[in-house]
Amino acid sequence: MSELIMSTGNKAVAAAVKMAKPLVVPAYPITPQTEIIESIADYVESGELKARYIPVESEHSAMTAAIGASITGVRVFTATSSHGLLYMHEMLHWAAGARLPIVMGQVNRTLAPGWNIWAEHTDALSQRDTGWLQVYVSTVQEAYDATLMAFRIAEDNRVLLPVMINMDGFLLSHIMQPFEMTEPGDFIPPLDLPHKIDVKDPKGYGAMSPANVHYQFRFDMEKCMRASRTVIDETEAEFAKRFGRTYAPVEEYFCDDADVIIIAMGTLGKEAEVAADLLRKEGVKAGVMRIRWFRPFPLDMNIKGKDLVVIDRDYSFGFGGVVAGEIQARYPDAKIASVIAGLGGQEVTYEDMAEFVRSRKMGTEFWFGIPQEEQ
Amino acid sequence: MYEIRIHSRGGQGGVTAARMMATAAVKDGKFATACPFYGAERRGAPIVSFVRIDDAPVRIYSQINKPDMIVILDPTVMDTVNVLDGLKEGGSIFINTHEEVSFPAGFKVYKADLTGIALRENLVVAGSPILNTPVIGALAKLGLFSRESGVKAINDTFADPRNTSAAKAAYEEVIV
Repeated sequence: MSELIMSTGNKAVAAAVKMAKPLVVPAYPITPQTEIIESIADYVESGELKARYIPVESEHSAMTAAIGASITGVRVFTATSSHGLLYMHEMLHWAAGARLPIVMGQVNRTLAPGWNIWAEHTDALSQRDTGWLQVYVSTVQEAYDATLMAFRIAEDNRVLLPVMINMDGFLLSHIMQPFEMTEPGDFIPPLDLPHKIDVKDPKGYGAMSPANVHYQFRFDMEKCMRASRTVIDETEAEFAKRFGRTYAPVEEYFCDDADVIIIAMGTLGKEAEVAADLLRKEGVKAGVMRIRWFRPFPLDMNIKGKDLVVIDRDYSFGFGGVVAGEIQARYPDAKIASVIAGLGGQEVTYEDMAEFVRSRKMGTEFWFGIPQEEQ
Repeated sequence: MYEIRIHSRGGQGGVTAARMMATAAVKDGKFATACPFYGAERRGAPIVSFVRIDDAPVRIYSQINKPDMIVILDPTVMDTVNVLDGLKEGGSIFINTHEEVSFPAGFKVYKADLTGIALRENLVVAGSPILNTPVIGALAKLGLFSRESGVKAINDTFADPRNTSAAKAAYEEVIV
């Protein structure tokens, strides 16, 4: 094992990008993501990364420039957060619809008003239907590893869809943890975009796609989104084989014999393991499922007969927690106690999570911090 | 798991101190995380940073509410902040001061005049004495990590040898 380096989540993502060698990085700063693109700017300035760094005037332009570069068949990376992501919204659909394997670091941050820079997942989850793959990470090492894997997955010709790596603002973007800066070698094959523009073979792009063909393009996207499940499995297996660190679309912690399972994404899903340890000492058979890949959504979660305490660091007004809702939709028999916790960076400890399990009322929604009589 | 809360003011290097502490612990073969609490604070405002050291990977991201040790880089924060909040019974306090200090019974209290050391070593940036490298020496003396790993953590961060001299001076000054 090579030496462990202390790094923030942001710097680990930037280090992985340097290893993946994108040729173009259009970027616009926003807290708490800025350290990613600042680090990449340093790499470009020092010559460690031979890329064209394009400072743009907005996130909409950042994604537009990413699309323009990507369609020439080169590797492209950008990063954003929160309002920046929402400002990209139109172009997120465009990137996925044009089948461009752009990789983006996305630091999860609350949406205003009131002004709030801390962690929440509503920013990325509100981009659920854009056709981007979404992975949520929980450690600095995972942020590094997932970024390397994202390029390989996005660029696989069975996928050719963009990938968003989600990381909790400050909790993970700014924490310092030891990680191993693995050299990927030829883990990420050269990009061969089958529909790249070619001046010697001109074709139309973004042309009118009338009613009799448009749905076919959309079904192609869904076919590739389905195929991405296999590609993700293969990529994670290959990563484990080469570098010794294993990942799965859903990370399970003591789930086999569990009566109750905490389900969460990001750092809450990691700290939930400590809650499960605490509950097991009390004689409660608790486990954790940390959903990593939210798109494509996991279809083979082994949750039959178990009580699920689903913690959503997000909310869909007039409906409920997004993750709880998606689980219920995909697994109609699931028994769920929905907990809304961590919005706007609300402090949620493993002790709080253990209490969510102890006091769970199946089939209800509970907002952490709101008095019971107002729920 | 050993949990440390550092009290300082924005701009004094509390965050860098946390990183060097965690780095030194990792160099000793431990697992560690360092995280500042990012509030709305700016330069000069009281801030806290957290360090966790353990024999296994640290899986906790929430703030430290029951620290084993508190490190007070700037004693003037005590005018407005209850630095002892949640400190475990029998826990340790390290304070940067040249004055006599008194804390409630039941805690182990250690001190060194980090500000004086920084001034003597001419370790001053933009008019402020640098406290984050001498504190590494003081905490090595308290056994938080080895002296060698503390020096390596400083050298990984700062090239100027005055930093390690200040750390050595603090190491000598702390009475255990």
